Amino acid sequence: MDNTNERVKSLHQVAVRFSGDSGDGMQLAGNIFTNVSAGMGNSVSTFPDYPAEIRAPQGSLGGVSGFQVSIGAGVHTPGDECDVLVAMNPAALKQNYKFLRKGGVIITDVDSFKPEGLKKAKFETDDAIKELGINAQVVEVPVTTMTKAALADTQMDAKSVLKCRNIFALGLLCWLFDRPLESAQKMLRAKFAKKPAVYEANVKVLRAGYDYGHNIHASVSTYRVETDEIRPGTYTDVKGNEATAYGLIMASEKSGCPLFLGSYPITPATDILHELAKRKDLGVKACQMEDEIAGVCSAIGASFAGDLAVTSTSGPGLALKGEAIGLAVMAELPLVVIDVQRGGPSTGLPTKTEQTDLQQALYGRNGESPLAVVAALSPTDCFTTAFEASRIAIEHMTPVIMLTDAFIGNGSSAWRIPEADEYPEIKPKRVPDELRDTWQPYMRDPRDMARYWAVPGTPGLMHRLGGLEKNAKTGNLSNDPANHEAMVLARREKIQRIADDIPAQEVILDSPEADTLLVGWGGTFGHLYTAAEELNREGHKVALAQFRYINPLPANTADIMRRYKRVIVAELNTGQFADYLQARFPRTRIERINKIQGQPFMVAELVEAVKSIINKK
Amino acid sequence: MEESKYTAANFKSDQPVRWCAGCGDHAVLNSLQKAMATLGVAPEKTAVISGIGCSSRLPYYMNTYGFHTIHGRAAAVATGFKVANPEMTVWQVSGDGDGLAIGGNHFIHAVRRNVDLNMLLLNNRIYGLTKGQYSPTSARGFVSKSSPYGTTEDPFIPAELVFGARGNFFARAIDVDLQTSQEVMVAAARHKGASVVEILQNCMIFNNGIHAYVADKEFRAERTIHLRHGEKMLFGKNNEKGLVGDGLLIRAVEIGQDGWTIDDVLVHDAHCPSNFVHQQLAMMDGTELPMAVGVIRDVEAPVYDAEVSRQVEEVRARKGFDSLRAMLLAGDTWTVE
Repeated sequence: MDNTNERVKSLHQVAVRFSGDSGDGMQLAGNIFTNVSAGMGNSVSTFPDYPAEIRAPQGSLGGVSGFQVSIGAGVHTPGDECDVLVAMNPAALKQNYKFLRKGGVIITDVDSFKPEGLKKAKFETDDAIKELGINAQVVEVPVTTMTKAALADTQMDAKSVLKCRNIFALGLLCWLFDRPLESAQKMLRAKFAKKPAVYEANVKVLRAGYDYGHNIHASVSTYRVETDEIRPGTYTDVKGNEATAYGLIMASEKSGCPLFLGSYPITPATDILHELAKRKDLGVKACQMEDEIAGVCSAIGASFAGDLAVTSTSGPGLALKGEAIGLAVMAELPLVVIDVQRGGPSTGLPTKTEQTDLQQALYGRNGESPLAVVAALSPTDCFTTAFEASRIAIEHMTPVIMLTDAFIGNGSSAWRIPEADEYPEIKPKRVPDELRDTWQPYMRDPRDMARYWAVPGTPGLMHRLGGLEKNAKTGNLSNDPANHEAMVLARREKIQRIADDIPAQEVILDSPEADTLLVGWGGTFGHLYTAAEELNREGHKVALAQFRYINPLPANTADIMRRYKRVIVAELNTGQFADYLQARFPRTRIERINKIQGQPFMVAELVEAVKSIINKK
Repeated sequence: MEESKYTAANFKSDQPVRWCAGCGDHAVLNSLQKAMATLGVAPEKTAVISGIGCSSRLPYYMNTYGFHTIHGRAAAVATGFKVANPEMTVWQVSGDGDGLAIGGNHFIHAVRRNVDLNMLLLNNRIYGLTKGQYSPTSARGFVSKSSPYGTTEDPFIPAELVFGARGNFFARAIDVDLQTSQEVMVAAARHKGASVVEILQNCMIFNNGIHAYVADKEFRAERTIHLRHGEKMLFGKNNEKGLVGDGLLIRAVEIGQDGWTIDDVLVHDAHCPSNFVHQQLAMMDGTELPMAVGVIRDVEAPVYDAEVSRQVEEVRARKGFDSLRAMLLAGDTWTVE
């Protein structure tokens, strides 16, 4: 073990990666470490990287689960590489050592690096570190032995004892990064509220891990991590999928429309269903339906009844819902469809992240069926974007597809709980009293072209909706050619006019000298922003436009697109947003950076890719 | 019972009815409007939700709230609608193709959940709107445009599917028998939970006479039996025949012959929690045993939409919050000054 002269390292940001068997509780240890850090005033960003199999064979390479968290000041991504890697077994080491920064620290459970474990991870020698050619500070900790020792005087069976190993590692990291044990303990209490014996055992193990660090103090350096200057308020840690659920609830409160969710379990979107199912305490009706189609159809029924109606899914589910979304386009009912994107096509990479559903969201229906599309920028931005999706749906009487992705849906950040008056009222488009006598189902508000929402139960407003084309004036069935064209154009115009009701696109890191515009959309914001900052530090004048509103685009988009010498669109697909922009702004020559590996961008690769475009003759 | 303040006219829209002349759907529409008048639920408190197919055009002819949705999905749309507003009386109209083929999954799950829907299944054993293909209720060997050499598959029997999905209400009527149709529609609406009414409906154009074996006036008394809860199961022109127990099965006998008396005839118990006898009654097809019309099963059970509302109220009363912010502040938080 190396002994460094510098005992306490002060760091601006630090990234820690927990890795182990998918049954080892790495996500729990990682989550608690994140929350404790956020509570100390660090900004945090997390990235859970878990296998599609619930329990692959223990100790196998396919069963490794990881959780990376970046903590510090000005953190926008979980970090390309980690400074500290915790590897609970040989397979975890083999799958994760490549994420370790040069000169980083590896903490292993040396007890699991025995011939049996090494063989399962397909090592050929008994020295895993040497075989992988790792040159790092390795701290070999007898995690299993120490955990057993800490629990020797309890009545726990061997299997339950081993389940506490993750918390020993957590305790050690709390010491390493000077995190208060009390807040970790508080989170364990919440987690094991119904199992006091398990809670007690975990606290013992947590302390044992912490004390172990203290006792080997002589040989390892500890870290002090900078905190952010953050806006005063009350904060909590939130995952993107939870923030989405909260944004919908906020929109329900601000519109007075009860919230209905019709959904079907699908990775990585199911946490939205879980959260809203819990929120019966706020009056939410969340129904787990028999399939994806029933999910969206029940939501359309609830929307007809007057609710803020939502369905949540991922790419394959969006494909199944396509026909029904077309019905909502035709019936002109408010509907929020949330697609937490994952790797495709087909079942693809269910637990990995991609931005490959953009064109499906924009165009994936029969006929001319325009609708609004928005995309959340970060875990916490899921709140704002879900609120906006609901506002647009209700006020403009249209389905809205909200795109997030596995990375921001599962990732978490510290989030300031908004004050009651921070978000605007949402005004449902009820039939105005003065129009009651002349009202027809497809009568439109001339300002925004939206029709009115006559809620069943109201006397005098009985009407029939449906998927068949309707007469623009009477709302009765119509096959008239000119009427059909007029209705197609009216539905299109209605969506385009939403541009008058959304904020202008912001350009950040902009300056009069900026000659390059980096463009992104949705969940890549953290990586693009950090890369743009780095490029500016290196002297390149790079501004960033990250789009939340995709259809319609903000009204100032055309101005932005012609203001810079270079426009580079970076996205996690083969160029879907670039194609979309290129078709609209043919005079702008759009350069592209694309990645389709099921993984988020790395800041370093973005910086290099932008530089190689800038340096191109 | 209080007199209803509505007549069938209150439920008629101003739209011309576009079904073929002689189509059984006309009769069903009339029966439904009369049943609604009898029920006395206001038009604005009534919704009719359908899928796609000839019969699914029905909502356009009703002066109620209506939604003509997409093929097969009416039960799912109606479920969301009813959960969102349990105060509405919801009718869901489907044909055999819409309800049992493309929409089979939603059909069985709406029945299983026991959503308070009045589900009318208009069974003409053919696809009419697409001009004559066999349906999931067409008999094996049935010749149609899509089965020119006869089908090679067995049909669903709707009642069997309803009981398989643990349904609590099943009734049957013949389209031209307006009185029985109205009677079972009213009973379906009064039953809390999913009520399936199968209507044997004639398609003049593509499947004319498919139900004639039981529907023709000439044979109807002999080949059908009108079941009423609490009454003896009698049939025949002069009620001279009855159903009696035969071990675990049911058989038809002539009263006064072979020693059978009126006392041997079984009394119909539609409220019996076990569906064992109901299933046997519903499977009678008019050949050896008369086809049953009327309410075959009518059993109370927890209703999905009411249970969802009850649970929300219960959780709110126990640990509800006034707002999202209050809920979040009660969780794990920290404050930055």
